Amino acid sequence: MTDANALLLALAIPTVTMFLIAASGSRPNIRDGISVAASVATFAVVLRLLESVMDGARPSVTLIEVMPGLVINFAIEPLGMLFATVASGLWIVTAIYSIGYMRGAHEKKQTRFYICFALAIASALAIAFSGNLFTLFIFYEVLTISTYPLVAHKETPEARSGARVYLGILMTTSILFLLVAVIWTWNIAGTMEFRAGGILEGKIDPAYAPFLLAFFAFGIGKAALMPFHRWLPAAMVAPTPVSALLHAVAVVKAGVFTMLKVGTYIFGVGFLSKTGASDWLMWIAAASILIASIVALTKDDLKARLAYSTVSQLSYITLGMALANQMGVIGGSMHIVTHAVGKITLFMCAGAIYVAAHKTKVSELDGLGRKMPVTFICFTIAALSIIGLPPFAGAWSKWYLLLAAADEGQMALIAVLMLSSLLNVAYLLSISGRAFFAPARDRMAHSLDAAAAPSKGIEEAPLFCLIPICLTALGCVVVFFAVGGLYEYLLSIPILPEAAP
Amino acid sequence: MMALIVSNLPALQVALPIIAAPFCLILGRGAWAWALATIVSFVTFAISLALFASVYDGSIISYHMGGWAPPIGIEYRVDIVNAFVLLIVSGVAALVLPYAYRSVADEIPADRQPIFYTAFLLCVAGLLGVTITGDAFNVFVFLEISSLSTYALVASGAWRNKRALTASYNYLIMGTVGATFFVIGIGMLYMITGTLNMADLAVRIADHGDSSTLHMGFVFILIGIGLKLAMFPLHLWLPNAYSFAPSAVTAFLAATATKVAVYVMLRFMFTVLGFDFEFQADTLKLVVFPLAVAAMFAASLVAIFQDDLKRMLAYSSIAQIGYILLGLAFLTHTGLLASIVHLFNHAVTKGALFMVAGCFVLSTGTSSISSLRGVGRDMPWTAAAFVAGGFSLIGLPLTVGFISKWYLVQAALELGWWPVALLIMASSLLAIIYVWRVVEAVYLQPAPEGITRKEAPLSMLVPAWILVGLSIWFGVSASLTTTAASRAADALIGQSQILWQE
Repeated sequence: MTDANALLLALAIPTVTMFLIAASGSRPNIRDGISVAASVATFAVVLRLLESVMDGARPSVTLIEVMPGLVINFAIEPLGMLFATVASGLWIVTAIYSIGYMRGAHEKKQTRFYICFALAIASALAIAFSGNLFTLFIFYEVLTISTYPLVAHKETPEARSGARVYLGILMTTSILFLLVAVIWTWNIAGTMEFRAGGILEGKIDPAYAPFLLAFFAFGIGKAALMPFHRWLPAAMVAPTPVSALLHAVAVVKAGVFTMLKVGTYIFGVGFLSKTGASDWLMWIAAASILIASIVALTKDDLKARLAYSTVSQLSYITLGMALANQMGVIGGSMHIVTHAVGKITLFMCAGAIYVAAHKTKVSELDGLGRKMPVTFICFTIAALSIIGLPPFAGAWSKWYLLLAAADEGQMALIAVLMLSSLLNVAYLLSISGRAFFAPARDRMAHSLDAAAAPSKGIEEAPLFCLIPICLTALGCVVVFFAVGGLYEYLLSIPILPEAAP
Repeated sequence: MMALIVSNLPALQVALPIIAAPFCLILGRGAWAWALATIVSFVTFAISLALFASVYDGSIISYHMGGWAPPIGIEYRVDIVNAFVLLIVSGVAALVLPYAYRSVADEIPADRQPIFYTAFLLCVAGLLGVTITGDAFNVFVFLEISSLSTYALVASGAWRNKRALTASYNYLIMGTVGATFFVIGIGMLYMITGTLNMADLAVRIADHGDSSTLHMGFVFILIGIGLKLAMFPLHLWLPNAYSFAPSAVTAFLAATATKVAVYVMLRFMFTVLGFDFEFQADTLKLVVFPLAVAAMFAASLVAIFQDDLKRMLAYSSIAQIGYILLGLAFLTHTGLLASIVHLFNHAVTKGALFMVAGCFVLSTGTSSISSLRGVGRDMPWTAAAFVAGGFSLIGLPLTVGFISKWYLVQAALELGWWPVALLIMASSLLAIIYVWRVVEAVYLQPAPEGITRKEAPLSMLVPAWILVGLSIWFGVSASLTTTAASRAADALIGQSQILWQE
């Protein structure tokens, strides 16, 4: 199998899975089995590609010419490969987790759920492998549309209005700003290919560069840069596996990934730092980091708190791009990985808590840690990773981002990053603290269900939920020790323009 | 024999439906009349395809009616521009007629169906005639043939809702005013030049130079055509006519009638009056341009607040015509390309959506959006077709709507008018709102208790899905349409010396 075929296969498996799931809708066991098998197969193909890419291969496939000069092209480079690996790898755990969650929570219309889920993964991979801005934009929109039914899944008035906000903001930003930015780039550069060192240098008047960057930065609504972040908390009405994989990994990471791609391959890091076009973006990102963390402190709903935490963490990656140096790109890319494993764990824990104890609010979690020890231990590990304490994964990406800020001599940004870590401690560890150390509240006041149930020692979520949580929590530790290889790999992201042959 | 047919294809294009029309009446039975009309529409479409294929490389067919050479005789002149429009008109007719069988059977009494199909064929013939002819007065004649038959077709919606009669009457008044303006304008051009052949007119007007009679003629023609193509604010006839006409008629008219009017406008603006004519360029920039932007917003906003699906789509059409006029008013190659490609793209999209609306009418008995709650479960194929068509209306990637938006925005950015680019995008956000109201009702709201609605019959679903399929096909691989549109824009620009902004 050539690399190009493997690339197409990686995109084809989730796409074909959609139809298989639709066909087996009446037999839930087969359907869910197909979903897990597809995720494993996709990951295997992606790993095979990763191996080639690490050996220096850069496969590229052109599918079709949409308009004269505008082609749908897939081409793999290290950054996209990283995103694809993360998304497809975490799809496996989520596919397993979904079985436990969707059945445990008695959700309806599960077939539609799995179909849209597979489509979302297919488009996330297509985004990762996009060879030009045009292709990326197309699948960016496909991803928005395919996740809409997932957000609206419950079909309640809250779900409808949440989904409306979700679609409204993502569509508004992408059509109003991103598409204009894409066409603008095409007009001035005459190409939209992702090229090492960028395509805009010498084509755009440096005075306009910050404006074009602004169209991109705010147009990529999926990166949840303030003030266009409201869709992310709104999307929390979705079932938890959606929040876990899509709104902690695939969708939001597609956003920041696009941001990094635009920074390194469209503008070029050198061009950005030479012209200072991204200076303003650093401060917007820094503000986003702090404000979202503070808002997270005020949220009592567990998933809403995690959502605001995501908003804040995503801005780390945007910040990495805006710093416009190699450490920034490395730190940002590494944060895609470390935040992904951490945040997916946190969301899956939130889902497990909902399935096992029907609790959604932080204030209801008192004493729950003693009933669900595994869940809360994993929660704590992931929280520590997000905070950035060794020996957990998050420590490294923060470290490299700090280095990047130091390289630029931005002391204020270093302070922002440190302060943000403190805020993370406040809003994440307080949850573990309550669960483990606070005395259990009087149950009568909260839920008749819980009161009626006899009090047992351990009441964990189903195993299908628990195992994935343990795996990703373990991942938080593994990534910490595997960072050497990751760093080497990220160094291969081309920053400078290729020398003329 | 074959050679005779081939050499007379331009005449047959129009003559065939005209001659067949009375036979529909003579056949006397609805089903037979339908069968004849359908066969004729297929043949007509085949002729259009042949004509399009022979002018795709940029050549021009000039056909002299009755052997009388122009400028005395009537000339039919086929180039890439009108071959493209002929293809749209006859293609949509060939899809609407199979669709009409069930839809018309439901909406029109059996004894009136032969008359209906007669009027339908006359309307097709009129629109094709307007498009193919190279004679200015002939345009007026065919415009009246198509308009008069359209009034009858709209009025035939009266068996479903009596308000079709007033809608048709309003349309009659406004349409006649438009036709009168148009013919007065042509009269003035004749006054100056003494000729009615378009190519001849162009030469003689250029020789004649600027004059106030010419200005008056231009304005009369602009307003006359403006009424026919529902240029904002001359669109008042359109919403009622589209909402109350039978579903098949709405699908056909929405996809073709306004497009043909736009074609006439292009022809007059660029071919007939295509010399260095400052007054015209100023009018386009200062009058048509703002009106186009106003249409994009005003009509989309009104569409958001409609409860009737067909009426909502009608207002959306007015907004889409705004896009077409906007592209034209840029006065650049890319702008013109965007206009022409949107003629096709919008025809396909709106045709599909009105067909879907017709399916809903057939199954639920009404076109009110609130009665569509939960219909996605009962009519999955129809509902999915609506979603796909809606995506194209919004302009999402992989649909034809995206191609149009792309070129429109590119045209705006080429001129450095980025606020206009943002306005184009902002108006497509309004499209999201009105499309999504329906999507939410169809999929996310519970169906009323105890009502099950049957999926539409295949004879209606298949044509609708063919149009949806085209809107996706030419959205994924738009090279054919954009190349044709680009050549058409070249042809129009080549004939014209109007000030091209670069």
